[in-house]
Order: sequence, then C-alpha cells, then structure tokens
Amino acid sequence: MSDVALALGGATFDGLVKIEELAGQGMITLRGDLTDKAIVAAVKHVFGVTLPGTRETAFAGSTGALWMSPDEALLLCPYDAAQTKADDLAAKLADAHALVVNVSDARAVFQLRGRMLREVIAKLAPVDMSPEAFTPGMVRRTRMAQVAAAFWMDDASTARVVCFRSVAAYMFGLLSTSADDAAAVNHFAG
Amino acid sequence: MLLITCPYCGVAAEETELHGGGEAHLKRFGPDSSDDDFTGYLFHRENPKGVHFERWRHVNGCGKWFHAARCTNTLEVFGTYSAQTTEPPKDILDTIRAKRPGFKWRDIA
Repeated sequence: MSDVALALGGATFDGLVKIEELAGQGMITLRGDLTDKAIVAAVKHVFGVTLPGTRETAFAGSTGALWMSPDEALLLCPYDAAQTKADDLAAKLADAHALVVNVSDARAVFQLRGRMLREVIAKLAPVDMSPEAFTPGMVRRTRMAQVAAAFWMDDASTARVVCFRSVAAYMFGLLSTSADDAAAVNHFAG
Repeated sequence: MLLITCPYCGVAAEETELHGGGEAHLKRFGPDSSDDDFTGYLFHRENPKGVHFERWRHVNGCGKWFHAARCTNTLEVFGTYSAQTTEPPKDILDTIRAKRPGFKWRDIA
C-alpha cells in the first residue's frame, strides 16, 4: 500500500464551517445507461448500492454512488479498494455498453462541517441552497466561482465538495474565504 | 438573468452554468454539396429579435447538449428539449404560437 499524496496535504480551515481536505477517496467513473438492469445489478453487487435517481446519492457504509448525468455515475469506495472494485465491475460489465475507470487521483475532496455550510456554498455556486430546495441525499454538479465542482450533503451539518485536483488550492482558498468568520451573512435560519 | 432548465438533469440552471452553442437545427452540407448550400450551412445564421431556437450545453453540470426555444427580446424561455431531434417538438411550437402569434423562424411558423 502506497501513501496517498493529497493535493494540499490534508489542509484544514476553521471558520463559519470547519473545512478539511479528506484523505484519499476511491472514485470510479461509470459511463453507461444508468437504467440498464445489467449495469444496476453489477453496481449493486460490487458496491452494495442501488444506482441513484436523477441528482441523487446512494450510500452504504464506505461505498456510495453519485448521479452525474443520465449516463454517468461516480462510484465511491475506500481508496485502497478502488482498483479491485473497478476491475471487478469492468469484468461484470464486459458484455454491457459501459465504461469503468478508476479516477481516484483525479479529484480533491473537501468536507465542510458546521451549521453555516449552506451559506458557505451558496456564496460560491449558482444553486438554491435553502433547506427546502437542497437536502441531504441530493448531489449537484455546478461551478464554484470559476471552476467546475460537485457537492452533496451527508447530513444537515456535513457536506462534501469535490473538484479537480488541479484546482484544489483555488477551491480551498474559495471555501476558506467564504467561511471566514468575518464573512457571515446569516441568510439561512438554523 | 437567463434561467434555462436542462432537460437531462432537470436543473433550472443559471446562465453562467451553461454555454451557448449557437443556432439550432442546422442541416449540414458537406463535400459534394453546392456552393450555395455550403455557404448557407457555414455562414448564414438567423439573428432574430424575438423567437429563436438555440443549442446550449449544461457545461458546469451534467455536461449534456440540449435545445432551447427562447425570446431574444424578453429572455423568456418557451421550453427546452432533447438534442436528438432535427426540429422543435410540437408542444413547444404550440406554446410559442400561443404566446407569439404569427412568429416566423426560418421555415417554422
């Protein structure tokens, strides 16, 4: 097992929310018709989750699946298991019209913890972050300031943000600025 | 602000999450076509003040191309529809005919 070199070495920031670059996250891109029964069954078998519906997430312990587009899902698992799972899934889908690639090192993952996380995200992305519009169980691909990003909420006070590794420093700067103690807007109650 | 609903992921995306892809429903004329057809395909574009059909891509999102029918004058969006079509669907045309009686766009009216 090799050491995972994180983009920012596990940078943290404490402000309106606590921001932390998470240690290596196994990520596997699956492309194919997400409603295809063979693909759904193979993902269920290897990752233990049923592929989520439009803009939804599905988690089962340390594995999960994020809806990326009608023909793309991002599958999550522990970093060290990613290649094995990717190979396993690819073998099961050998006869299906699908592509499976281990992209664990392509992205950086940040965790946001704190009750102000809706506000921290709302300042950066053109997304309605009100509690009625965006809830845990949803995932949103969008932009944050000038870079592509995706985020989802694990629970009411925890969110994860993913972006490409090459813009990790920019993203950390953005999140830190948005979460600065002096930058509270207090738009969302609670 | 222009809000366009992506028909693939259902997000009412704000303009900065999208990328415009120019005029919709162009018919390609390639090798062996006449000079007039090729010139029309390559250069001639509608530039209406009013109803327009365009291609858009949900670039900071699901990444899909789609079509949108909108009014360039008021920014009203009449509807969005799949990229896999060569003409606007009937329900969207009916919506436009009701809201903009007598509109004409190329040979669509």
